[in-house]
Amino acid sequence: MFGIIASIVDGVLIGSVYGLAAMGLTLIWGVMNVVNLTHGTAIVAGMFALYLLTGAVGVPSYAALPFILIGGFLIGVALYWIAVHRMIGRPPLMVLLSTFSVNLVVIGLGTAVWGTGLFNVPVMLPGVTWHRYTFPGTHILAAALTAAIAGALYLFLYRTRLGKAVRAVANNREAAELCGIPTTRVLSLSFGLGVALAGAAGMLIATMFPFTVLAGDAYQLKSFVVTALGGLGNPAGALVGGVALGLVEGFAAQFMPVSWTLVIEFVLFVAVLIIFPRGIFAFART
Amino acid sequence: MNNGRTDSVVGDRPPPLLGRPFFWIVALVIGAFAIAPLVGANVELRERLLLAAVYITLASNLNLMLGYAGYINFGSIVFFGLGGYICVYLIGAREWPLAAAAPAAGLAVSLMALIFGLGILRLRGAFFALATIGINEGVQAFAANFEPWGGSAGLYLPMQVFAPLGGPMRALWVIYFFLIAVMGFSLYLSYAVKTSKFGLGLIAIGQNEDAAAVLGVPTALYKALAYSLSAFLPALAGGLYFFKSAFIQPTDAFDLGLSTEVMVIVMLGGRGTVTGAAIGAYLYEELRGSLLTSQTFANFQLVVSGLLLLLIVLFAPGGLMGWLYSRWPRTREALE
Repeated sequence: MFGIIASIVDGVLIGSVYGLAAMGLTLIWGVMNVVNLTHGTAIVAGMFALYLLTGAVGVPSYAALPFILIGGFLIGVALYWIAVHRMIGRPPLMVLLSTFSVNLVVIGLGTAVWGTGLFNVPVMLPGVTWHRYTFPGTHILAAALTAAIAGALYLFLYRTRLGKAVRAVANNREAAELCGIPTTRVLSLSFGLGVALAGAAGMLIATMFPFTVLAGDAYQLKSFVVTALGGLGNPAGALVGGVALGLVEGFAAQFMPVSWTLVIEFVLFVAVLIIFPRGIFAFART
Repeated sequence: MNNGRTDSVVGDRPPPLLGRPFFWIVALVIGAFAIAPLVGANVELRERLLLAAVYITLASNLNLMLGYAGYINFGSIVFFGLGGYICVYLIGAREWPLAAAAPAAGLAVSLMALIFGLGILRLRGAFFALATIGINEGVQAFAANFEPWGGSAGLYLPMQVFAPLGGPMRALWVIYFFLIAVMGFSLYLSYAVKTSKFGLGLIAIGQNEDAAAVLGVPTALYKALAYSLSAFLPALAGGLYFFKSAFIQPTDAFDLGLSTEVMVIVMLGGRGTVTGAAIGAYLYEELRGSLLTSQTFANFQLVVSGLLLLLIVLFAPGGLMGWLYSRWPRTREALE
């Protein structure tokens, strides 16, 4: 019994980080109706940024977070201008292909440089012990940082003028343009934000689990499942969806080998898309 | 109002197949594929053409979805890999002959695609694309965990399975000719679909799905049928291909690289064109061959295909055939 409760708590901690990653995906979808297939790559880039910053540069592990957020934002803005801007207003097929090809280039470079072996960033943090179970400190801190970043995103979107502009563009781009909002700049800013969130999530995941260059596909699928649960284009739903996915994973790990996780997630993803196309936790958007 | 003109809604009926230059071009290509390696029993050339035939098969079937219906299918390699698995399993564990196992694999995968498609293709655009990415991950993880299929170690076939085809050496030639036939069927299937009412419906979906639905195209059914149809020949080719290797494992069967390459091929040749898929496949195979021989580029294959795809999407979304059509509009009448 305690074992199940412990795995639920741990599932919530890990799941909130999945939610953070999915927020990046869903923000971009909500603002510009673009499915960003560089999402998985951005997550992996966050992981390797942590690996390089702690290993080669010597930054203490969690101090890498601001660098990754800023770097991710700048890369995201650049990506918008390279691969997305020309595709706005073209058939959705085209932006899927263009972001997918960027993803290939980055993964190809990554495998050429690092190969496909396992990497690990050792982070020393005391855990919290409850009965016979110890919750790793990295999981707790990752969830806390996720909450902080999500809170900051909320403040930005709902308490600043620029955030209001982002929401206006998400609501109706033409009307926003008519009100004098520089929509193109808002789009590139949102893309940058989305990539920064994915990178930060990748960094937090790297403090918890080992990773490979090819890990992006699996985490990208997790983000899709989360957005399907939470409703595409809905950052708050993404966080709830992430926690839900973490719970499902925690439960599933009790009954079957971890290698089945992807199969279960995929089945869940398709089932949710078919049964609840708007997301289970889709809140009324205002 | 004007009843005399209702026929023109369907468009001008194309001339019979035998009267089209396209038919003879394809026939010539198939003939060249079949005869060229026989001259001097050139095994190296045969292996290269075999790969080209697999590319052409996969590309022209992907084209049914990507080119005609405008639906991206990131999981097209699943058909190839699943077909391979089912065929190798039926031959190895159930001792079926190849002639029964390969079509059975094709039918089974096609049926699965139909059932899956009826569910998933209610989803529109981006949602469908996400589902097809998921299916690749999901099916690969399934194959890696499914015990009867050997898990991540995969399945092996003993050498005796080649005996009915006249021993391993002769079997390679027999499989080659089968694959050429599958390639030919793929090209004619693309053509037949394009000139049919069904194909017209798909192209209408690709241009504007809402308008197509309003005009009476049963969009969900047509998409599911196209999805299922585009599964049959790749699964058959997968069965033959992995029978030839006598070995199949999840990372080979559901190779992300191959599924990407096929997409690059369709875009390179020009999506929605039958000839484009074939030319794109051949050109890409040549390019890949020259890259693989150079040491520096062997590591950067994904990078090269990614860059190529990005450049095509950004600057030449029509591909080679799009360029050809705009340069010499008359070629539109001879080619498909």
